[in-house]
Amino acid sequence: MNPIEPTTETFAVEMKDITLRFPGVLANDRVNFTLRKGEIHALLGENGAGKSTLMNVLMGLYKPNAGSIFVDGKRVSFNSPRDAIAAGIGMVHQHFMLVPNQTVTENILIGLDEPKFVLNLKKYDQKVKDLANQFGIQIDPTSLIWQLSVGEQQRVEILKILYRGAQILIMDEPTAVLAPQEANELIDTLKGMARQGKSIIFISHKLNEVTAVADRLTILRKGQTTAEGITLGGITRESLASLMVGREIIFNLHKQEQAAGNVVLELNKVSALNNKNLLALRDVDLCLREGEILGIAGVAGNGQSELVEVITGLRECTGHILLEGKNIANKSPQASIAAGLAHIPEDRIGVGSAPNLSLTKNVIMKNYDHEPISSDWRINYTAADLRAKELKEQYKIQAPTIETQARKLSGGNLQKLILARELSSKPRLIVAMQPTRGLDVGAIEGVQELLLEERTQGSAILLVSEDLDELLSLSDRIAVMYEGEIVGTLNQKDADINTIGLMMTGSLRGDSSCSPEEQTTPAQASAEEPTSEQEAVTTFTEPRQFDRSKIVPMHRPFMESKREDKQTDDEGGE
Amino acid sequence: MNLNVIVHAGISTGTILLIAAIGEILTERAGIKNLGVEGMMLLGAMAGFKIAHETGNVWLGLLGAIFAGGILSLLHGLVTISFQADQTVSGLSLTFLGTGLALVMGEGLTGLTTPVVPNYTVPILSQIPYLGEVLFTNHNLLTYFGYLLIPISWFFIFKTKPGLHIRAVGEKPAAADTLGVSVYRIRYLYTFIGGCFAGLAGAAISIAISPGWYSHLTTSGQGWIAIALVIFAQWNPTRAALGGYLFGMLRRLLLDLQGPAMLLGGRNPFFYNHNLVFFLQMMPYALTVLALLWGSSGARRKRLGAPAALGEPYVRGERGL
Repeated sequence: MNPIEPTTETFAVEMKDITLRFPGVLANDRVNFTLRKGEIHALLGENGAGKSTLMNVLMGLYKPNAGSIFVDGKRVSFNSPRDAIAAGIGMVHQHFMLVPNQTVTENILIGLDEPKFVLNLKKYDQKVKDLANQFGIQIDPTSLIWQLSVGEQQRVEILKILYRGAQILIMDEPTAVLAPQEANELIDTLKGMARQGKSIIFISHKLNEVTAVADRLTILRKGQTTAEGITLGGITRESLASLMVGREIIFNLHKQEQAAGNVVLELNKVSALNNKNLLALRDVDLCLREGEILGIAGVAGNGQSELVEVITGLRECTGHILLEGKNIANKSPQASIAAGLAHIPEDRIGVGSAPNLSLTKNVIMKNYDHEPISSDWRINYTAADLRAKELKEQYKIQAPTIETQARKLSGGNLQKLILARELSSKPRLIVAMQPTRGLDVGAIEGVQELLLEERTQGSAILLVSEDLDELLSLSDRIAVMYEGEIVGTLNQKDADINTIGLMMTGSLRGDSSCSPEEQTTPAQASAEEPTSEQEAVTTFTEPRQFDRSKIVPMHRPFMESKREDKQTDDEGGE
Repeated sequence: MNLNVIVHAGISTGTILLIAAIGEILTERAGIKNLGVEGMMLLGAMAGFKIAHETGNVWLGLLGAIFAGGILSLLHGLVTISFQADQTVSGLSLTFLGTGLALVMGEGLTGLTTPVVPNYTVPILSQIPYLGEVLFTNHNLLTYFGYLLIPISWFFIFKTKPGLHIRAVGEKPAAADTLGVSVYRIRYLYTFIGGCFAGLAGAAISIAISPGWYSHLTTSGQGWIAIALVIFAQWNPTRAALGGYLFGMLRRLLLDLQGPAMLLGGRNPFFYNHNLVFFLQMMPYALTVLALLWGSSGARRKRLGAPAALGEPYVRGERGL
């Protein structure tokens, strides 16, 4: 074992008492950080805790106001990323820095001294390939970046750093964009690199993966270190979370078992094009009931945005979208709102709010045109202000006044503002896209509890999220999207991360039918016998139970098995 | 009308478009859209003519023209790269500024004579049947320069390290920046080089291919045609060459249509009706306007392969660029 040897050990990186002030903010407050050679060191903290700032200091993007940095025991002072790269430090950014229409090799060669003038790509393709093989990374150096999956693009980013001879790699939330299987592959690659002597800093706010990958970890909270280079032995998730957030976090949300009611939303063979005029939704069938949360899982860009847009009336489509029996496909957003739709969009600033307008104006945006906010053609600002005050109180929006501009709110408070507007209208259907993305743990908890409360009150909720843990803890059913199709729908209790992950990458298909027989059964049952709701649920769920025998690999014709499924469904329904 | 004459003349006048378009391709590949080509060309044409006239040395004239175009383009660089202003607006202003400067400074040059870049017939190559006659016989030296420019600029953009850097800066400046390539320096450099090419294209008119100074009629809107050509060429020098030469031939054809009294065995309407002649003369510009309109749709530009960051100022630290 490796005993702690504080004075004799030369660290790959040692940052001592780093302090960095931005106007009005102390981003890093006497932070200490050490990285051993050949270890994976996780840097854990909420958004805004100062993780990225600390790493940007290490990369030479910011100059610290105080403190010192040692690389391999030598004191350094970087003025630009170039200096950091020269000292053997490289960073894989959260947003990839790749030129889409150049090849892998071309991307790797940008900015290097070698080749001098003429690009002899053949020669360098081979070099890249050799390097990739050395670290067990699968990549074709001649492919263009836009042809690669997100996971492959990330490998290019890693190769870019390795090619520059980096000994220290900084990975900024590397798994955020990956499907679970890809994330596992990445973690294997990182472990392999650590064995070959590379030192890796792994920035994350996900506790699960940190415990899976890291040798040691450092936790930041509000710019200060709350844990410094601790090893993982015997530490619970809960204690890590409280070190990160500063208070206890409830991991188990209070989600009550409840029966789903009548069908609220039904999609029938809905297809739509994306902004590039490519088919983004292919014959999507969905149904969603009262008091039910349907989670939509999938790697970003597999049609989730388009799905949300067609339901909320923002995108044209073919097929039928029935909200409480009314067809809202290709109607205006206003029609959907009138039919009882609430939309919590992914882009809070651009779509969810008018950032330069006050809280008041933002909360009345959906009901400004009727009593009590307006009478005739005038807006009654007294009534509007009153309403804004009520909602600010009720949803605990932290803002100086109701006149404050929406853009001055923090992410969590802005989301609360949007939720206040959307949920206070007593919606029948809530379409929420990434409602907790980018929020800190405390705010996430609040948003999730609000959604569960709406579920209890009988709203139907369509929840699109890339966070599988969130989907698994909130949803009653989870539908997985891949290339514009629903490739399978799982009940929450049958769903596990692996199965979902395989479906997300298109290597598995499950049952995705939403046949009318099924829809009527529980509705009838609950209408006839309100006391036997439990039974109604079982009849509803049984045919949908995830059965591995139904899974067909991609290369087998899917239609056949789907027909079989239908048959079994019918039998099960009777 | 003689097909050989049309092809020969088309290649000559097409060279002017070719030089200007390749300059603009280099600039746009680095992410800077410079709509000031017309202004830079006219300034180059004036500077070249004036210097050649006063010094009696045509080569000094060419150098002066290159320099004049380059200096003017640096202004565009300052406004759009350092101050991050809108590139369309700045480019349009540059056209006005360049045209204005050229007209004021070129006052009184009309009718004067200068030495011109000589014509040359390539030995041996000119003996090739047909091709020798239209490609290598009695062409201006700058036309031969154009021939060389096509493969060289193509190779430079797609097969060399500086070319890789230009494309990276034009497609994803943040990627280039994080790898230590200075986005600002590259954008300034190729804005300047694009300006130099535009200046040279101007001088190619006034002291080489169709010599003389006729105030704003010297360039008569060819700068705009060159910009349209860049879109048509999908930012590729070889396609730009093809388009430039074709456009040159079209212009010559339109000119020749006005000449004879008889056309295809009937009365030539263009010979007898002046209004129809105006219509003919309008055609290249109408085509240019159509091309620019057609190419101004963002989605279409993307499909054609426009550099992704074209027209976007680069600010370090803004995510997702």
